[in-house]
Amino acid sequence: MSILVDERSRVIIQGITGREGMARTRLMKEYGTNVVGGVTPGRGGQEVEGVPVFDSVEEAREKTGPVDISVIFVPAALVRDAALEALAADVKLLVLVPDRVPIYDVLEIARTAEDKGARFVGPNTLGLLSPGKAVLGMIGGRAERAREWFLRGPVGVSSRSGGMTSSIAYYLSKAGIGLSTIVHVGGDPIIGTSHPEVMALFQDDPETKLAVMFGEIGTTQEERVADLIQSGRFTKPLIAYIGGKAAKSGTRFSHAGAIVEGGRGSYETKVQRLREAGAHVVDAIADIPKKAAELLATATEA
Amino acid sequence: MAKLYEYQSKKLLHDAGIRIPQGGLAGTPEEARELAEALGKPVVLKIQTWVTGRAALGGIQFAETPEEAEEKARGLLGLKVKAYVIDRILVEEKLAIRAEYFAGLVMDDARKVPLLVFSSTGGSGVEEIARHSPDKIVTIPIDVRTGLREFETRDLAHKAGLTGPIQLQVADVLVRLYKAARTVEARSAEVNPLVLAEDGNIYAADCHLVVDDYAVHRHPELGIEIAREFDRPPTVLEKIAYKVEEKDHRGTFYFLEMAENRAESGPVEGAGADADEILIGFHGAGGGGSMMSMDAVQAKGFKTANYCDTSGNPPASKVYRAAKIILSQPGLRGYFASGSGVASQEQYNSARGLVKAFIEEGLEIPAVIRLGGNCEEEAIRILAAYLKRIPGRVEGYGRDDLPEFCAGRMEELIRESGGARHAVGNIPPPAPPEGCYGFDTLTGRVSFNHDRCRKCVSKACVGACTPGILKVENDLPVLAVSPEDARRGKCTECLACEIQCRFHERAAIFIELPIPGLEAYRKSL
Ligand code: SF4
Ligand code: SF4
Repeated sequence: MSILVDERSRVIIQGITGREGMARTRLMKEYGTNVVGGVTPGRGGQEVEGVPVFDSVEEAREKTGPVDISVIFVPAALVRDAALEALAADVKLLVLVPDRVPIYDVLEIARTAEDKGARFVGPNTLGLLSPGKAVLGMIGGRAERAREWFLRGPVGVSSRSGGMTSSIAYYLSKAGIGLSTIVHVGGDPIIGTSHPEVMALFQDDPETKLAVMFGEIGTTQEERVADLIQSGRFTKPLIAYIGGKAAKSGTRFSHAGAIVEGGRGSYETKVQRLREAGAHVVDAIADIPKKAAELLATATEA
Repeated sequence: MAKLYEYQSKKLLHDAGIRIPQGGLAGTPEEARELAEALGKPVVLKIQTWVTGRAALGGIQFAETPEEAEEKARGLLGLKVKAYVIDRILVEEKLAIRAEYFAGLVMDDARKVPLLVFSSTGGSGVEEIARHSPDKIVTIPIDVRTGLREFETRDLAHKAGLTGPIQLQVADVLVRLYKAARTVEARSAEVNPLVLAEDGNIYAADCHLVVDDYAVHRHPELGIEIAREFDRPPTVLEKIAYKVEEKDHRGTFYFLEMAENRAESGPVEGAGADADEILIGFHGAGGGGSMMSMDAVQAKGFKTANYCDTSGNPPASKVYRAAKIILSQPGLRGYFASGSGVASQEQYNSARGLVKAFIEEGLEIPAVIRLGGNCEEEAIRILAAYLKRIPGRVEGYGRDDLPEFCAGRMEELIRESGGARHAVGNIPPPAPPEGCYGFDTLTGRVSFNHDRCRKCVSKACVGACTPGILKVENDLPVLAVSPEDARRGKCTECLACEIQCRFHERAAIFIELPIPGLEAYRKSL
């Protein structure tokens, strides 16, 4: 198994006729993602990479059947509308690739998704990939690279950095350790699916035996993962790396932020909270494959 | 996050119907006196800066008379805060305070909602209070689709222990505060203190709004210069970099001078002059990878002069400009470029951008370039082939070489370089002959010295142009598409033709990529 996406998931692409949309449709199809349709208002009837284009998500659903996932590639200013359209058509997982989506737009998408019982990844995400099954977004860049770089196996990766999602997955694969699903949760302060939510999914995925998390300073995601472990809701081994040690905390949190986050958000608190909870916090990326091999070995012995 | 000054924030609250103290902005001591005279009562003078904790810095002063206001203003204007000089102060009536509250808006990333925060005790100790008696702080999640409604804030004020008319007044202010913040798309807002004055009215005595970077373009009325998080005004070089980014949306480019490294050791030149301190020009790619790489450099004891990130598949021209800007910082001992290691972008673009910049600069310091990702082999080959003749030694690495290792190479190369320091010169790039053939690109111009091309057999530039926009006509390389198309982006500014011709033919191509303001800046150093 894997989380969020596999080879059977029925996927549409909003903004399929744009430059990014076209290029990434090709990547996804070549990798094996089940892309059933694309949407660009006003371009219905065309084809992109052999994928039929529709005028609306609703039309795509009518003509192709159920849609599980929509990957959105429209310009940042149009993301809100595209996402709300997909949610209205009852799509349950959205991947918002664009960068620079205004925060209030994201909040509105989040509020609507909550009502609809839907989930979104991003914005500002490279997407996610279940090796050998499917990719959503643009991880790997080219299908043949993605196949070569990412092996299938027992490790789930969740990262706040797009580049590091691929890097960690690559270094693990190179060490002969495969992956269940790798997720770039997105780099923005408010995102649809944050580390703790990904960890909860990994917890329920039998294929995932171990999770790796690339955290960063700011937000409360990593601390909430520590909470999850301490409350017994995440019980698999976790390796964590927190970036931004060198970034002097010149950006002081506002009073309001400090009050709400209760001193969370800094490099030190994240590392400390995760260590207290029993996560394996490493200081260098190179240590991740080593630690993973060690932990997987103990897991099999036990 | 684009921070607004107190006076700007207050104006927005005032527009939303919240009372603020009377007063105005002064740029000179005389103006401060005039404002105090007009108010006709004791005043408070407050420096306008994004740095928090102004009172502790002595940046908030009181004056009983206009003369005193002038004198105090003289002390405040010109005050240095983190190496930046205060040029504006706010002169306001001094409120007679009965009670101080705290009101704020913050994004709750766990619940994905804006959260209104209120405390019936405000002032500078609010964080302490939050720690010791969290029950004093009340919060309410806001539904962005309905907005904040008065019954909700009434309830909130009540929970905070307010009663009677004060409860209603505060409730009204809180609704207006959210409206003001929502209108300008603020990521956070903070009114501390919110004051109940002796006259029975509620005033926002201090206020700071932070506008969402990604929404700044929807609010030209705010006049925000740089939509980036700073706790100080941007430096000249940062402004130059920002202009580059603004004009070219292919990929992203972020540049920040590391103020703390300057503040501790004076101007950057001074830092370079200190024998113990080794200053590195840092060029990252991708947020997470950049941060990790910077951690690796700093772990070696180096100081980074700047933070820079070019990612999201930037054209070679953008990487070139970033490198030129990084190399406008004097005193660098090394150039370190490294990102995530497994970038999905085609890395030869970055390699070509660096080649052009390093050659133009005649780079005299060592550089370690980690370009892991798609097509890294070609990228490394480009660096190796074309940078072997510059004075500084350049080494290229790929995804299998970790940042820690690369930082180690940097250390080694700096040692070998015998203390070479980067001097910022003003070497003009070679210019094309007047009136020669050429065409405009999205952000620059490609010119050909056709006199040289006539003797060229290979016409290698045409083959090097992967977008295929060049062709041979009458034995000369010319555009194969309309100049209009080339200018609109058909020429991807990949720099392949120029580099190919320079190293394998007759150096007949000149690609000019201007960086407005950079030349003047370099001269000013
Ligand atoms: S390779 Fe250089 S010299 Fe030869 S045709 Fe092209 S521009 Fe002219
Ligand atoms: S003319 Fe062709 S090779 Fe030269 S910069 Fe433009 S796209 Fe690149």
